[in-house]
Amino acid sequence: MTPLLQIDNLDVRFKGARTVHAINDLSLTLMPGETLALLGESGSGKSVTLKTLLRLLKEKRTDLSGDIRFDGTDIMTLSGRALRSYRGGDVSMVFQDPGLALDPVYTVGQQIAETVMRHKGLSRENAMDVALDMLQRVRIPSPKRRLANYPHELSGGMRQRVMIALALACRPRLLLADEPTTALDATVQIQILLLLRELQREFGMGVIFVTHDIGVAVEISERIAVMYAGQIVEEGTTHEVIRNPRHPYTQGLLAANLHDVARGARLDAIPGAPPSLEVRPDSCSFAPRCPMALPACRQALPPVLTPGPRRRVACLRAGETLAAE
Amino acid sequence: MSATDKPLLSVRELKKHFPIKGGILGRTQAMVQAVDGVSFDVRAGETLGIVGESGCGKSTTAKLLIGLVDRDEGDIDLDGKSLGRDISLRALRRDIQMVFQDSYASLNPRMTILDSIAFGARVQGLDDPVGRARRLMARVGLDPDRFAGRYPHELSGGQRQRINIARALVMSPKVVVLDEAVSALDKSVEAQVLNLLSDLRAEFGLTYIFISHDLNVVRYISDRILVMYLGEVVELAPVDMIWAEQAHPYTRSLFSAMPSMDPDNRTQKPPLTGDPPNPIDPPPGCRFHTRCAFAADVCKTRHPALGPMVAGSPHWVACHLHDPASGHPRAGQGVPA
Amino acid sequence: MVQVTTDIPVVPPAQRGYWSGVLSRLKRDPVAMICAVILAALVLSAVFAPWLGLADPYQGSMIARLAAPGTPGHLLGTDEQGRDMLSRLIYGGRLTLFIGLMPVVLAFFIGGTLGIIAGYVGGITNTIIMRVVDVFFAFPSVLLAIAISGALGAGVLNSLVSLTIVFIPPVTRVAEAVTSGVRSLDYIDAARASGANALTVIRVHVIGNVLSPIFVYATSLTSVCMILAAGLSFLGIGVRPPEPEWGLMLNTLRSAIYVNPWLAALPGVMIFATSLCLNLLSDGLRSAMNVRD
Repeated sequence: MTPLLQIDNLDVRFKGARTVHAINDLSLTLMPGETLALLGESGSGKSVTLKTLLRLLKEKRTDLSGDIRFDGTDIMTLSGRALRSYRGGDVSMVFQDPGLALDPVYTVGQQIAETVMRHKGLSRENAMDVALDMLQRVRIPSPKRRLANYPHELSGGMRQRVMIALALACRPRLLLADEPTTALDATVQIQILLLLRELQREFGMGVIFVTHDIGVAVEISERIAVMYAGQIVEEGTTHEVIRNPRHPYTQGLLAANLHDVARGARLDAIPGAPPSLEVRPDSCSFAPRCPMALPACRQALPPVLTPGPRRRVACLRAGETLAAE
Repeated sequence: MSATDKPLLSVRELKKHFPIKGGILGRTQAMVQAVDGVSFDVRAGETLGIVGESGCGKSTTAKLLIGLVDRDEGDIDLDGKSLGRDISLRALRRDIQMVFQDSYASLNPRMTILDSIAFGARVQGLDDPVGRARRLMARVGLDPDRFAGRYPHELSGGQRQRINIARALVMSPKVVVLDEAVSALDKSVEAQVLNLLSDLRAEFGLTYIFISHDLNVVRYISDRILVMYLGEVVELAPVDMIWAEQAHPYTRSLFSAMPSMDPDNRTQKPPLTGDPPNPIDPPPGCRFHTRCAFAADVCKTRHPALGPMVAGSPHWVACHLHDPASGHPRAGQGVPA
Repeated sequence: MVQVTTDIPVVPPAQRGYWSGVLSRLKRDPVAMICAVILAALVLSAVFAPWLGLADPYQGSMIARLAAPGTPGHLLGTDEQGRDMLSRLIYGGRLTLFIGLMPVVLAFFIGGTLGIIAGYVGGITNTIIMRVVDVFFAFPSVLLAIAISGALGAGVLNSLVSLTIVFIPPVTRVAEAVTSGVRSLDYIDAARASGANALTVIRVHVIGNVLSPIFVYATSLTSVCMILAAGLSFLGIGVRPPEPEWGLMLNTLRSAIYVNPWLAALPGVMIFATSLCLNLLSDGLRSAMNVRD
């Protein structure tokens, strides 16, 4: 089966007053219908990865290299009409803040219909029907009335539902979600997560879900890729990564989630802060914060171990625990 | 709220309604009942966690406590002294300090961090403000020789929040209000700051009011948890008791909305539908009745009072289900499983 | 390779003070620097005009009227009364720059104070100050300047007063907007929470953070002010002849436009060049004052 998305050796570097090596040798494969969570902290490059996939980065200020194939097509070569149909047609995106991503001067119905008309060439009337259908699918109560609402007339959760309806209206094969629940309240967040899970099953699309919250990643995804300093340090099924984390960074993140930490006990905090990425990492980026680091970790990039199919850990010492088992 | 030991901080019937002005004449059109009759006690050395969703009034409560927002009604007593009657706001602010969520916005971008920390000590006329500031910088883990002259934008988020904590401690306060103080930090940094907060609490004998939307964090740091909904307290209990049994249906929903962290047993059904309602013109009776699965007629008309689940229990709840005399069909049986 | 050995990541070394940072950033902006040099030359030559060995700007000559630029002895020619243009342009800079800049300086202090008070205190104080400001906004600035000057009569001092009044409202409005933005930030709350009174908070925390945007806005007004001042003189309700002033010179040379268009254009070129330089310098200042980037 052709992968839906195949990223090979992607490098993204921002030029400017300061050079930032945002993505360093990132490779990732997503099969059709798969849900992958890109888990990482601020500055780990997870959002930049999404923007690169949609070719949203300013080309003048960015050095890109590597290969990105969507369903076999090299997206780096797309331009003009092909690029427009790729963006919003084959691949669409849900943003963190629907208040900013929705256009305040058009009604919800107009915005969805507009997108459908542009990508599917439907008449306005048919496009409105699609919009109504989409609002029903994202479980917006009294959808007919809501079609005529402006974004500011809706609550935060409703706006995010509209955003999802808009993103799914053209039946994309890949949905990119950039922290879509981070700004929401807990009781609303879980509703949106469950909705996305349901819609993913219903539409059979691939999903890349960017988040900094392990709990959210567990709820939404079948696979998790953990990012640190612009690289994927660990990847596997959600079960593998959560139950059996191999990379010390993943282990630290899980501990920091406080899910079952004894009250008042001292936390095993990862010391320090992520590197600034002004130079391209030539050794393990996590070594300065790593409790298990060896001198060798500071001298060369860590080997990528593959303990199982589609499972990988970029850590010199991950092998020891494997051998011990 | 035991009657035996006297509370350090005691809040009674705190109320704040914000007018919403509109129209050409700027007349008041509606009131946001941001905080509506909130009462609680905090004992010295205790940490009270306050949880709730946006619009529940937890941040307004924090600002009321140090007079950043003027209260409409209610009493704030510190150490038995009533604000406005026995002690001035200026004096109160020496004993109660606050750490804000946004580490960048809460530091003056044009001021070196040493000056930012020392400012409060200068204002209150304490001796050796710079020395105090430098000692606190070292205590929160930032070498004063390297960092004193830097500006906020030259620091990372975690470092800035350490500075904000140092700033709050410069006047040696008794109570520190932490309003989502770790929420904007990355998880790995959050853990460092939580460790620091625990250490400082032990070292300086601090009392914390810890406001957060993250139940795991609140559970880790707090002794008791107060749950707010639309400007009111709906439940107040020691952490272990509330973790074992959420007495209010809203608290239960809030707890079940937490991601499961178990890939084999993910959440299947959202505990609540819709968004939290607006605190403008909240529903009559119990404010949660519009979203509550167990609402009966009495919930729509009568406002439940906050009180112990059983006489003498430190677990307090404001729900008709727990009051045998409320007239609710399931009165006295508690929240059904 | 980034080495982080302790709890603390490596951060760039501490910077110097804020203003030296602004200066070093401004120095790297070629356009702003060229404009600054031109303006400095204009100001210096105006200030030191008497020592530059120029011809007497008031001494006319009936024979040498309207000499073309390049005439021996008169580098930039002579005006309609035979006075040396170079001398008059340089001497004219004194008055023109003075009534072009002074009203903005005064408006910066008065409007800035009003705006900061309105923005910080809010409530009824804000309403009163800002509604009064709104009344002034109802009139176009040119019309307002002409009306006030007309009522007060011609003269340098009256022009100064009328132009100051014209520029107070826009400065107040900007100052109010910037201050109420800063007012809502947490560090102001934190300062209040430390027990500081309003005056201390404004002095220590507000002014430093609102001054640069107000300052940048005011510098952008100087070009408008110069043109307005020149306009008043042109209309005969500003500076009175025979004082050299660019606007007035433009007016008196107007009739020479058919005889010697280059000559007639000279005062206009000076006004244009100065206001352009002021605008570009103000733009450069705006980006140099931006701390974060």
